[in-house]
Parts: sequence; C-alpha cells; structure tokens
Amino acid sequence: MIDRRKIQAATNSRFTRRALVLFGSQLGLAGILGSRMYQLQVVESGHYTERAERSRIRPRLIPPIRGEIFSRDGTPLAENRQNYRVVMVREQTEDIKLSLQKLATIIDLKPERQEELYEKIRRSSSFAHVLVAENLTWSEFADINANAPALRGVSPEIGLTRHYPEADMTAHIVGYVGAPNEKDVKRAGPAKGLLKLPGMRIGKNGIERIAEDGLRGTAGVRRVERNVHGRTIRELFRQDGTQGDTLDLTIDLELQKYAMERLGDESGAVIVMDVNDGDVLALASTPGYDPNNFVLGLSQKQWVSLRDNEKNPLTNKAVAGTYPPGSTFKMMTLLAALENGINPTDGHFCNGALWFGNRFFNCWKRQGHGFMDGISAIKNSCDVYFYEIAQQVGINKIAELSRRFGLGVEPEIELPRVKSGVMPDRNWKEAVLGESWYKGETLNAGIGQGYTTTTPLQLAVMTARLANGGFGVKPRLIRGRNGERIKAPPLRSLGVNPDNVALVRQAMSAVTNEQGGTAYRSRISAIGKEMSGKTGTAQVRRISTAERQTGVLKNEDLPWKLRDHALFVAFAPSDKPRYAIAVVVEHGGGGSKVAAPIARDVLLHAQFQGKPPPDAVPNDANPIFGHDPLGPV
Amino acid sequence: MSMSLSNAPTPLGLGSKLLRLNWALPVFLAIVSGVGFAMLYSVAGGDFDPWARAQIIRFTVGFLGMFIVAMIDIRLWYKAAWPFYIFAFTLLIAVEFLGVSGKGAVRWIDLGFIRLQPSELMKIALVVVLARYYHDIRPDRVKNAFLLLPPLALIALPAALVLKQPDLGTTVLLCAGGIAIMFMAGASLWFFGLLVAGAGGLVYAIFGSCGQDWQILKDYQCRRITTFIDPASDPQGAGYHITQSKIAFGSGGYSGMGFTEGPQSRLDFLPEKHTDFIFTTLGEEFGLVGALALLGLYMMILFVGMLTTLRIKHTFGRLIGTGVCFTFFCYFAINMAMIMGLAPVVGVPLPLVSYGGTSMLVILFAFGLLLSAQVHARVPFKKREDA
Repeated sequence: MIDRRKIQAATNSRFTRRALVLFGSQLGLAGILGSRMYQLQVVESGHYTERAERSRIRPRLIPPIRGEIFSRDGTPLAENRQNYRVVMVREQTEDIKLSLQKLATIIDLKPERQEELYEKIRRSSSFAHVLVAENLTWSEFADINANAPALRGVSPEIGLTRHYPEADMTAHIVGYVGAPNEKDVKRAGPAKGLLKLPGMRIGKNGIERIAEDGLRGTAGVRRVERNVHGRTIRELFRQDGTQGDTLDLTIDLELQKYAMERLGDESGAVIVMDVNDGDVLALASTPGYDPNNFVLGLSQKQWVSLRDNEKNPLTNKAVAGTYPPGSTFKMMTLLAALENGINPTDGHFCNGALWFGNRFFNCWKRQGHGFMDGISAIKNSCDVYFYEIAQQVGINKIAELSRRFGLGVEPEIELPRVKSGVMPDRNWKEAVLGESWYKGETLNAGIGQGYTTTTPLQLAVMTARLANGGFGVKPRLIRGRNGERIKAPPLRSLGVNPDNVALVRQAMSAVTNEQGGTAYRSRISAIGKEMSGKTGTAQVRRISTAERQTGVLKNEDLPWKLRDHALFVAFAPSDKPRYAIAVVVEHGGGGSKVAAPIARDVLLHAQFQGKPPPDAVPNDANPIFGHDPLGPV
Repeated sequence: MSMSLSNAPTPLGLGSKLLRLNWALPVFLAIVSGVGFAMLYSVAGGDFDPWARAQIIRFTVGFLGMFIVAMIDIRLWYKAAWPFYIFAFTLLIAVEFLGVSGKGAVRWIDLGFIRLQPSELMKIALVVVLARYYHDIRPDRVKNAFLLLPPLALIALPAALVLKQPDLGTTVLLCAGGIAIMFMAGASLWFFGLLVAGAGGLVYAIFGSCGQDWQILKDYQCRRITTFIDPASDPQGAGYHITQSKIAFGSGGYSGMGFTEGPQSRLDFLPEKHTDFIFTTLGEEFGLVGALALLGLYMMILFVGMLTTLRIKHTFGRLIGTGVCFTFFCYFAINMAMIMGLAPVVGVPLPLVSYGGTSMLVILFAFGLLLSAQVHARVPFKKREDA
C-alpha cells in the first residue's frame, strides 16, 4: 500500500510538472501569436491598409462633355443633343426574354435582335448595364417611362449624342465623330482609358478631328469602392472633368450655305477668305453628305452609295481636290517675269500658236490675239504670251515664286487630309520621275498645265496674297476658343515688289471690268464693289492632233467625266481688296461661263450680306442667282 | 466544497452535480461562441442569415448536450471508451467508400439528416481511448517501451486514414493530441526526443517529396506549402488566401474598422470568410484589441480547463482533461497561425467561432467530457488490474 501511495504521489507530481510544461509552452506559443498580431496590425498595418485600399478602390472615369462648335455669328454647327436610350440590367429581372418581348411592343425590336440581346445580357455581369436601344424618340422614351413597372430590368437613360444642325451644309468643315478604333486608342497616350469607355466618340474628320484634343476635354474621376466581382458598392470621391473647348469658326454660315446652294448639283468647291486676316468665310465642297449618319453609324447601303458616287461626296474638294490650275496660274508666270526684270510693256505677237522645239504650242484662240503685253495677255488669257515669258524666265524661278504664294506647299489650315498639290521644277522632276526637264514643259507650266496641280484652297490663298499686295496671309478656320478671340498672326511680306503685284492686280481687273476681258460678262457693276479675277479652264483629256484638225469637240458633246474643269479666282473690291475667292467646278466646262458667275454671286452675297441691289449686275451679265437675266439663250 | 461530499462513496444527485460543476468553463465557452455569432452576423453583411442563426441553434443544442454529457458518470464514459473508438474508426473507414466529396477531399458521410465528419469524432474518441489505455496501466509501468506501441498504433491508424482523405489539418490535430496525452501520462522523455527527431525527418521527407515521383502529398497540399513559404509566388492562385488574409488582418490596425465595417470581408475579397478565415474578419473589424481579446479568452478557457484537470484525482479524467484542452489549443493556435501567415493553410476552423456544425458539437461534447471528469473528480475508480 505504501509503495502504491509513493508511486501515486510520484505520478501526481510528474503530472503537475508536465502539465506546467505543457501549459507553459502553450503560453509561449500564444505569446508568439500575440506578437505576430502586433506585427501585422501595428507595425506593418500601414502597408496592408494601403494594399487593401488599392484592391478595393478603383478610379472610374467620367467622360467629359465635348466642346461645341459655332459659326462666325454664333449658330451651332456641332452640338450635344440628348439621346434617349434604354439599357437592361440582368439582376433586376427574373425573365430577360419576357422583359424584351414587352419592350418590343413599344420600340422596334425584331425577334433576331431580341435573341442577340438576350445572349449578350445573359453573358454580362449581373449588374452590368447593357445597351438595348438608343436614339429613341421622345414618345417612345415617355412610353417606356410610363410602363416602367411592367418592364422589369429595363431602365431608360439619357445620354449625349453629337448633332450637326446644318448637316450637309458644313459637313466638310466640321467633320463628324465616331467610335474610336484600335489605332485611335493606341495613339491616345494618357487618354487611352477614356477612349475605351463605352459610347465614347472621337473626331474622325474635319475640325472635329483636327481639334480633337481640345474638344474632348478632360475626364473626371470617381473613386468607387468595388468588391472582388467588380460591382460598385459606393462612391467615395468625385471630381468632375472639364468640358471640351468651345470653338468659334471663321465660317459665315449664310455665305457658306449660299455657296453650297450656288454650286447646286455640280461637283465643285468654293472658298472665300479674308485677304487680311486669313479668315475662311466659306469653304464649300459639293456634293455634301449628312455627318449625322456617321454618328449613328452608317448602314452598308448608305456607305456604298457614298463611296461609289462619281462626284465623291466624301472628299473635301476645297482642300483635297487637286486640279491643274490652268489659266488661273498665269498671274504667277507674269509676276515671276516682272520680278526677274521683264518689262510688262514689252509685247509678243500671238498668231494662234508658237513653234518651239519641234512642235506647235497652240493658243486657245486659233486665229491669234495679235500684239499682247502683260496686262492684255492676262485680260485675254493669251497663251502664246505666257509661252514666251515662261521660256525666258525658266521653270525654277516660276516655281520659286509660286511656292511663296502657296502653290505646291501644304497649306496650314485646321483640316485633316489636306493636299499639297504639285509645283514642278527641274529638281522635282529629277527626284520624282527620274527624268530631266524638257524646255517645252516650261511652256506648258507657264499656262498652268502639265505637271502642276493645285487645290482650290491654294488658289484662294494665292489670290488673297496677290490681293493684299504680296503678304503671306494664312487661311484659318478657328477664330475663337471658349469665347476668347484668337488674334490672326501679323502679316509678313513675301518679298515681292509691290509695284509688280499692283500691275498683276490691274491686269486681273481688266479681265472682269474691261470690255473684251474673258470674264467681262460676270463683272460686278455696283460702284466700289467691283471684282477682279481670272478665268481658268483645265483640260482633263489629251486632245489628239487628228482631233485638232477635224475640230476640237465641244464640252457638251463629251461624257461628264471627260469635260474640262472650270476655274475662277477673284478678289473684291477691286481697289481695296477684302475678299478672295476660288471656284472650281469639276467637269463644268469653261471658266468664264460656269465658274466666274458663281464667284461673282458669292462675292456679291459676301459684300451685300445676301441682299445685292438689282443694279449690282449689268444687263448683259451671265445668269445670277440661278436664273438667267437675259432669258434662255 | 465540503469534505463529506467529496468523499461520499454513493452516487451524487443531479442537483449536487450541478452545484459542483465548474461554471467558469461554460461561461467562457458561451462568451467565445457569442463572439462567433457576432462575426457570422457581420460577414453576412449584418444579417442573421445565412450563418449566425443556424450557428446559434447548433450552439444551443450543443451547449445543452454538454451539460448532459457532464452529468453522466465518468465511469460510464470509461466503459464506453473502446466501443466509441471502434465506432469512430469504422465510420472513418466507411467514409472511404460512402464519403461525399467537398473541396477536393472526402470527409463527410451523408446520413440524410446530418453530414457527419467522422474525423472530428475521432479526435474525441482518440482522447478517450488513450485516457483509458493509460488509466489501465500500472503507474510504475508507464515508462515501459513496449507499452508505447499500442497508443502509437491507436494514433497512427486513424491518422493515416485521415491523411488519405486528405486532411492534413486533422491529421496534425490527431497526432498532436495523442502525443500530448502520452506525454501527460508519463511516457519517457527520451521517447519524445526520438519522436521530435522522427517527426522532423518525416516532415522533411514529405516536403522534400513534392515534385518528385514518390510524392506523398496531393498536388494542392504541396502548393500550399510552397505558397506558405513564399505567398507572393502565386498571388492569384494558391497564395491568394494567405495574401488577402494578411491584407485584411493587417489593415485592421490597432482598433479595427468597426463592427460590420470590414471592407475586405464585406467586399468578398476574403475566401472562406465565414469558416476557416473568420479570424481575419475579426482582426479587420476589431483590430489588435479584438484579436488579443479573443486570444485571451481562449487562453482563459485553457487555463480554467488545465486548473480543473489538475484537481481530478483519477488518471482517466486527468488525461481526458489534458487531451481536450490540448486539442482545443491546437485548433485555435493553428487557425490563427494560418491566417497570419505563420503556418500553411491546412483547413482548421477557429473553434466555436467558425461556422460549422460538427466542429461546434464535437468541441462542446469534449468539454462535456472534461466537465464530467471534473464533476466526478473523486469517484472511486476500479482499475482493470484490481478487478
């Protein structure tokens, strides 16, 4: 028994000892746990708090409101319109299909489209807003609102859509917006995230494209708390973005519309610019197109009909149409000659053609003009005179002067896809064609044929620089930003002798204001509002020797595509020039018959604010305002 | 406590048993469970459903069960020890054939009305059977080396089955609990020295086998070990649990974000936020203060449990007390270490707090046994060899 008691006592004390060891080590482990808690929650807490915030708080971009575009007189050319649309949220309805069927009784939603939407909604997150339809009419939108209780999961929303109130009248200037493509997103740099937002639109053409960065504005930011599935729980912070720049254009909307209407069904371009500050008052290109269709998304049919139209409505002919300048170039040849010491009173005899090298260079007047000096050569548009002086001056000097007047040089204007045309010289031909220059080519270049091509804008700039006495005015379309005027840059002299420029202007005045001038029938007779100009007819086809012998075909007898381009450049008033104009009518026929009356009418409109007095045009004039004062000829 | 009562040879009445009961233990258990209800309410976004309400019902059932178990004479549990172990062992084998898969492991038997997790039952059965084994050995023979073999077999057999499920967490708990009882029963210290060396070698072999063709563990277990060593190696995959858990726990700071305000848990960044990772939410919402308070409560339960155990006069009761306390400690220590990135993710719940029926019932049952041993601390025990 004693033994047993001893053993029991020993067992007891061992148990107590070991219990203490066990509990002690447990206490020690608990101490380690406690210090780990301290380490995580006090020592390293900042680090973990920051990581927690980073994973749960996400910045969300708020798309900025796009800046609006106004005409010179404050009429909106591009504005933001409310767009009534309807979205669907999966988690708010038990039966997606039923909701869509009910919605289809209010708006047009074909069964195939319903099926498509059903799949899309089913695959989206339960809380995602899926766009069902947009650009609804007000009555559709009101109906949806009224039937809201029956339309589970369907919610009406109001968004903003770009709208162009003047539609085709200003399409080529203002351009349009569209959904950004992958290239746009890549180019966007820091604004990448913004461009990826659903429904985001960016400028695709015209001012909308060129001034995209300013018009877009800057995105606002919302910081939202989101859960691991991406659902937004609440908004923690909001900073609204800034609206894009409001732009005021130099375009005089009334004049612009008049120019568009005056061109009518023709395929052509009219540009009116201020010769002193470069403001482009009208920049018309016909036919136009409705840019609103691009915003909504063009149908395949619309796209094909625009693309295949032989009059190329999508091309802005004013800046991207390149045409041989024809006789409108003769001012450049004459000025180059004067600048290089040729006396304007020295004359040449025109007998209808000039034998040069081994062939005849014909004048447009087969019987010849007789004796011609600088002024009368411009007035009559005598080709032979210009063959002679071009040959004397040489192509390089003509080209050098022409470039100073903007030909063959890319014009600085706020439009995309602007063409530079071609002003050839010896180096150009060597570089581009790899051939040396023939002397005979100088003759052709002297009358604006051959390799030379220009855009209507370049012709307008050339005319404006002649009209303002030889100053390097630059065209511009934007005259104000956010209500503040942008000052036109000061004019810099082109370094030509003012007397020579004055003489060229005098010659241009003779074209319209002196009897026998090629555009005399298109003169303006209102005192102080006279126009000075120059006709041009650019040949589209080659005329063969055989055809010359049997008689050159008249334009009316040719298919449209082969007819000559009609050109006319002018400025007004003649003695104190303010407006310069260039008119090109593709395949229109003769410059004097087709282009000059348009220039005259547009300049009348510009000078009289659309209300010229009846005596502004003489009785023997070419038709005015679309009807013929002389009656049918 | 009067001498006459404590020495009474006659069976105790129900009233006097309730009087003798150490009420501190049930009170602390109820407080910790209360913390659990609050956390389950919080992780449900401030809602009793789907977890808190069910947990309260289970707790109520389990808590009452604990008292019933406590009132039953400890000698009855002594008699039931072997059948209980064999029953649990049979279920463990049955789970191999009838088990229901859950998260890549076979752990449950679906009995229709309850999904039974035999490995949880085995934790208690092992404690009880080892207690009985050592109770039956003459005290002067406990250091006998041959007598180490039966308890080792009793531990190893179920442990091997559980490891095969595979359930690394429960395996560790079984082994640790069993060995702790052997230690308390008085096995030689050299044995534990050998055991530590052996376990070290085994762990090294198991970890080393990862990626070899004789790999012992499942792929996901190997991944857990790798990601435990370097959680950043796979932040969206296996390391996700640890990383998110540490972020949420650490962002709780000193005093936490406030009840039901823990953003990480509320925003579903935390996986298993209502079961194994519930301590993370507690740390996020109540900060260091809350986490230490819960650790303190657990240690209080442990302290009261050990104190109670020391007063028990018979070996069976003492070893049950030790085994219950130690297993309880392993539960919360491993869980806390796991969510704080101190141990690999092994799937051990936070006792009484994590959502889960079997674990709650088993723990309360275990404490019921401890209380039964306490209430019947001085009952005369016949030893087999005396009979």
